[in-house]
Amino acid sequence: MSSDPFGRDADGLSKPSRRRFVQGLAAGGAIAGLGLWPKPAWALKGPGNANVLSGTEFDLTIGETPMAFTGRVRSAVTVNGSLPAPVLRWREGSTVNLRVSNALPAGSVHGQQTSIHWHGILLPANMDGVPGLSFDGIHRGQTYRYRFDVRQGGTYWYHSHSGFQEQAGLYGALIIDPVEPEPFAYDRDYVVLLSDWTDLDPRRLFSRLKKMPMYDNHALRTVGDFMRDAGRDGLAATLADRRQWGRMRMSPTDLSDVNANTYTYLLNGSTSLGNWTGLFRGGEKLRLRFINGSAMTHFDVRIPGLKMTVVAADGQYVHPVTVDEFRIATAETYDVIVEPSGQDAFTIFAQDMGRTGYVAGTLAVREGLRAPVPPVDPRPLLSMADMGHGGMAAAKAGEMACGANMGMPGMDHGAKPGMGHGAGMQSHPASETGNPLVDMQAMSPVAKLDDPGIGLRDNGRKALSYSMLKSAFDDPDGREPGREIELHLTGHMERFAWSFDGRKFADAEPLRLNYGERLRIVLVNDTMMTHPIHLHGMWSDLEDAQGGFLVRKHTIDMPPGSRRSYRVRADALGDWAYHCHLLYHMEAGMMRTVRVGEGIA
Amino acid sequence: MKTLATGLFGLALLSATPAFAQQADHSKMDHSKMDRAAPAAKAEPARDARAPAAQTAIEHAQMDHSSMGHDMSGMQGMAMPRADGRPATPVPPPTDADRAAAVPPAGGHAMHGTTRQYYVLFNRLEGFDAGPGSGQAWEAHGWVGGDRSKLWLRSEGERSGGHAESADLEVLYGRAFARWWEVVAGVRHDFKPGAAQDFVAVGVQGLAPYKFEVAATAYLGRSGQAGARLEVEYETRLSDRWILQPLFELEFHGKDDARRGIGSGLGTAEAGARLRYEVTRQFAPYIGIVHERAFGRTSGMRRAAGEEVRDTRLVAGLRFWF
Repeated sequence: MSSDPFGRDADGLSKPSRRRFVQGLAAGGAIAGLGLWPKPAWALKGPGNANVLSGTEFDLTIGETPMAFTGRVRSAVTVNGSLPAPVLRWREGSTVNLRVSNALPAGSVHGQQTSIHWHGILLPANMDGVPGLSFDGIHRGQTYRYRFDVRQGGTYWYHSHSGFQEQAGLYGALIIDPVEPEPFAYDRDYVVLLSDWTDLDPRRLFSRLKKMPMYDNHALRTVGDFMRDAGRDGLAATLADRRQWGRMRMSPTDLSDVNANTYTYLLNGSTSLGNWTGLFRGGEKLRLRFINGSAMTHFDVRIPGLKMTVVAADGQYVHPVTVDEFRIATAETYDVIVEPSGQDAFTIFAQDMGRTGYVAGTLAVREGLRAPVPPVDPRPLLSMADMGHGGMAAAKAGEMACGANMGMPGMDHGAKPGMGHGAGMQSHPASETGNPLVDMQAMSPVAKLDDPGIGLRDNGRKALSYSMLKSAFDDPDGREPGREIELHLTGHMERFAWSFDGRKFADAEPLRLNYGERLRIVLVNDTMMTHPIHLHGMWSDLEDAQGGFLVRKHTIDMPPGSRRSYRVRADALGDWAYHCHLLYHMEAGMMRTVRVGEGIA
Repeated sequence: MKTLATGLFGLALLSATPAFAQQADHSKMDHSKMDRAAPAAKAEPARDARAPAAQTAIEHAQMDHSSMGHDMSGMQGMAMPRADGRPATPVPPPTDADRAAAVPPAGGHAMHGTTRQYYVLFNRLEGFDAGPGSGQAWEAHGWVGGDRSKLWLRSEGERSGGHAESADLEVLYGRAFARWWEVVAGVRHDFKPGAAQDFVAVGVQGLAPYKFEVAATAYLGRSGQAGARLEVEYETRLSDRWILQPLFELEFHGKDDARRGIGSGLGTAEAGARLRYEVTRQFAPYIGIVHERAFGRTSGMRRAAGEEVRDTRLVAGLRFWF
């Protein structure tokens, strides 16, 4: 094991020694998880990236491993005994063979069946790892052989697509070395995989969300807040504000469904106390591969004192853009280059979007150092503009809960769909009308591509927005979409019901695409939550506000009140999952099957 | 202007530069030298519509990508419709292997969104000081089912001086019919007061604007006795954990029932306020004050029986759910 596990001679190690090393980590990972140990033993061996498997042949065993992140021991779902699962390192142009075995014990709370989905990877449908769509799943005692050609490079990840196993620990980084030289240089390479851990049985957490969706919101507005707001904004304005939210039966403090009141956030499987550390020498360039492997958490990431240059999004090169901070939605990946200098240590700080907690790690010149950890930012409030009930001007006005612009004067019903101007009143599918599972509809949603998102506006830092992400290549397909599908993200906060167009997965027919066609998908968020939407098997080519090609992604984040469009080239036969990547939203029904066939649409 | 430029550019691209080569160029180019500050103009030769189309294309093909500005807005034209309708990167024709790989498994996918859940709330489980002694009361409800359809159980009752004054249990089918409302229908069984009796129950419940929890139910008994109950509840957050819960309840009766001390018309109204402290979301002790008043013929019957028409109680209890 070289000290740089991502060294240029990645193929070097013989498999047996690699295997033994991995087994050694099983215990190490568990101990590191305690968070009380000053230094995880394994971090000394391979700074930052302890657990890397590379080559074309892989044996992955899924089982249960006791872990203790909060002091209590719980059984996590692990790969080869490790949480996160081992970093897999492939090479573009190779054919990988992955033998995945299910060694979950009988009666496991995590179920009898398992699976691995290779997130963002182009592959044949039966290799995609979604039980019931791509294959039967891997039952206890069975081994499934994944074998496919690797046709892309970049940073991706993999995770279970069975039950709630992803929440319980089955996620890991996937790194594919490209054939062509990369368009940027760096000296060291680290994976920074963010995730959320709970001691609860995830099924119980899901039930809790069904019983009391607001459970984790400890910021519901109080009488004291009313007095303070009335003093600051005047009684009339405060009453008007409360009236708006009261009529909607919603709370502007609902930024996420599950937050740090339930979760312990992890960075490469370490709590903040565990302090994952990536080493550097002054003057070096580090490549940090951020992966959000969480179940339900949007993270806002920054490294105080360092600028980050984003060079890839969802594994695909973008024109370098330098920022202080970025929001990473569940399932997204961002590769950034940093050049630490002038300090011995820097804190990698990732706070949740709801501002309830954080996880921190360190970049340092040697083990054992820490830099100051900043406080969690103040909690923002959703405004009516955030909810899609205001015009552009209202949206720009920031997070003040100003009046909803209900009757937009001069609205344009004939606004061209898919252009995302949001100039007009949004129309809605008939299936939403009178639907008890749809608790709101955005009235004038806009693309919001240049909006870094709630809590990141005007905070004195330069935050990434989607409009800054520009693929470093032209639209690889180049065709105008031949047709357009508009889908609305829908839900009901009180019932914790989630769906597309008001229809849950169980009640919906597959979306049918013709093999080879190019189509535009327009998403409209009719909920107050932020949903990262992931299409399996094919790229999602996000469009800018003018309908031009902006950036190639596998997961498109949809803040409340947004309307975004992207192009899909249906070049992969079969049934593919299409869903919100917030695990409990998917489980509640926010999912569709996309069926790509020859002459079926 | 831009459209024209785009069109020319597209034409030029097709004639002079195979799109594929274009792709390859990009993958080889050195992005590391890319300079965000570089003038965007360099990337916009196609904007000059006066330039001959072919020359434009050549310029583009030969231009220095390494110094390309970060601002690609000038390149929007790249996403133009291709004249021949063919993709820049050809879509490979599907092979038999692709077709075989695309056959979905027989079992089908687990149905997301169909789980059956349950919920039980003891909204009030309390003791009170009644005039001459003390008593206990409860109000609980729960459900089992999915997002749209639920089986509801509701129960309310009161003991004082060691024996049950009233106790009922409702079993209802609930169906969500609007954003915030569901209709319920089923049966109610009264264990007390008096001899047991049964009703058919129909009602609505849900969340009114401003988050008032409302339940209104009408009852029809076997021997023609009818009644109705309206309950409104609200949660005032004094802080995250201190919650004041006002409650208002009205009971109507269709006809006199002297044995049970019930007169027709508005029978009783109850208003209460309970202040709870949520030790956890699921477990909260509370104290409160409740005022009940009888009206109309019911109050007359109470007077005749020597009972109070108005009653104010202090209560203390627990609210919990699972």
